[in-house]
Amino acid sequence: MDTVSLNRKRITVFAGHYGSGKTNIAVNYALMLSSTCEKVSIADLDIVNPYFRTKDSHKALEKAGIRLISSEYANTNVDTPALPAEVYSIFGNKTISAVIDVGGDDRGALALGRYVPYIIEENDYEMLFVINKYRFLTKDAISTIEVMREIEFAAGIKFTGIVNNSNLGEETTAETVLSSVSYANEVSELSGLPIKMTTVKKSLEDELKDKINNIVPLELYVRQSWLKEEK
Amino acid sequence: MSEKVLMKGNEALAEAAIMAGCHHYFGYPITPQTEVAAYMSKRLPKIEGGVFLQAESEIAAINMVMGVASTGKRVMTSSSSPGISLKGEGISYIAGCDLPALIVNVQRGGPGLGGIQPSQSDYTQATKGPGHGDFRLIVLAPASVQEMVDMTFKGFELADKYQMPVMLLSDGTMGQMMEPVSLEAGEVKKYDKPWALTGTKGERKPNIVNSLYLKADELEKVNFERYERYAKIEKEEALWEEYRMEDAEVCIVAFGVAARVSKNAIDAAREKGIKVGMIRPITLWPFPKEALLKAADKVDKFISVELNMGQMKDDIELAIRCKKDVLLCNRTGGMIPTVENVLGKIEEAIGGTK
Repeated sequence: MDTVSLNRKRITVFAGHYGSGKTNIAVNYALMLSSTCEKVSIADLDIVNPYFRTKDSHKALEKAGIRLISSEYANTNVDTPALPAEVYSIFGNKTISAVIDVGGDDRGALALGRYVPYIIEENDYEMLFVINKYRFLTKDAISTIEVMREIEFAAGIKFTGIVNNSNLGEETTAETVLSSVSYANEVSELSGLPIKMTTVKKSLEDELKDKINNIVPLELYVRQSWLKEEK
Repeated sequence: MSEKVLMKGNEALAEAAIMAGCHHYFGYPITPQTEVAAYMSKRLPKIEGGVFLQAESEIAAINMVMGVASTGKRVMTSSSSPGISLKGEGISYIAGCDLPALIVNVQRGGPGLGGIQPSQSDYTQATKGPGHGDFRLIVLAPASVQEMVDMTFKGFELADKYQMPVMLLSDGTMGQMMEPVSLEAGEVKKYDKPWALTGTKGERKPNIVNSLYLKADELEKVNFERYERYAKIEKEEALWEEYRMEDAEVCIVAFGVAARVSKNAIDAAREKGIKVGMIRPITLWPFPKEALLKAADKVDKFISVELNMGQMKDDIELAIRCKKDVLLCNRTGGMIPTVENVLGKIEEAIGGTK
């Protein structure tokens, strides 16, 4: 992640198609930042999905000294799309490195819109589009670009880069990732945006780091399912 | 084998429905099934003749399903527990009219408004028929995202074959979890529907779809006939999976997410030398009675693992004619039994830790 962190902006926003892996990447990215930055905040703006949340990783985040800004109602039985006022604390404060985890699709991106004036005013941000070729509704570059435009329209802000997170869950192999490269390149060409990183599960890092630029290994922090005990 | 994709249970069943030729969806949002409606709202307008409609209520949605079903088109609705209760009247009407339709219940904790976390506490409602009168639903219980796809195909087939509503009984876990799936449809069988309301064009007598009978003896006759069909379904359509049952002394009975947890517990118990296996009902109605009765002559004890207060336990006792004890391992209200919970119950069944 070194190449990524060198040109790092103060605010990094992760948005994309529902289920593309945004939350997991945002959590991993915040943890990575915490090794070099003193103050890291992560804001969970997901008002769509009440099940898999940044809050699932609160223990790992707390341990790293990262401030988690999340709805009081996340992971409870209160299905209320509320955002805490605390989100505003990440804007206009240059001592904080901030990660923003946006809900899926245009529906989720709508919630980002209210903060966009602050993000644009400061103009020190990266807005990353998380893509996965193995999600049915973004299985080709054209449909992926469509989702991208919908998100930009809903949020009122343009993406600045791409994160290729193409994976098949637990069945992901090096081949799975390698065969997504041409797809990611096509999305990059069509959108004019650079591929900032290709995220893979940690066990695949060694096999892929010489074949793909900017490979970033991910630990799985968001629980995969209720089938395994929370560690 | 087609290329795999990564899907949520709720999305997978929605795409499978479209592939099965269901281009009409009526619903109303409720967690944890909202992704089904959200997915349909994106996909169906792009299909020629596709209709997605968010109705003003669950009751309206189920009656729209009845309307489309009467024209012979494949149609579905989905909801979560409280919403399914609201649909009860309409489901009874659909059964009374002998119409095929797929109804998806992504169960959450109850009773009442309950909670949004996963549950299996609508077992009794689904298997005994949600609504008034003498009728049944075929109830399918997938235990993986792949089975969400396969059971959706199967559901539309069975609904048409027997001219009756079919319920896909899922839960918050199955709906929300992501797994790689193959969307290979195979062939979803189509059936002739001479009873459908498609316009006579002056060439035939009008068809009538109706559940009202003015004479009691006529209604009785229709109900008897319908139950003959149900008897055939009980005989021919029960589906189940047997897991490590060859030499089992304890038999776990579990479906859906409870079966996933139980499998892990069985593997852990087997490592300790405990002979335990599982019969996993895939159809909850018809219930795999024969398989359970056969197992009753081989095993010493049964354990029912459920995310409710033991609703399926009664059906197991009936199926095995109370030949053996049935223990209960359950969590409820949105909680899920852990592998340790199930393992503990297995050890209790054999009379202590090994």
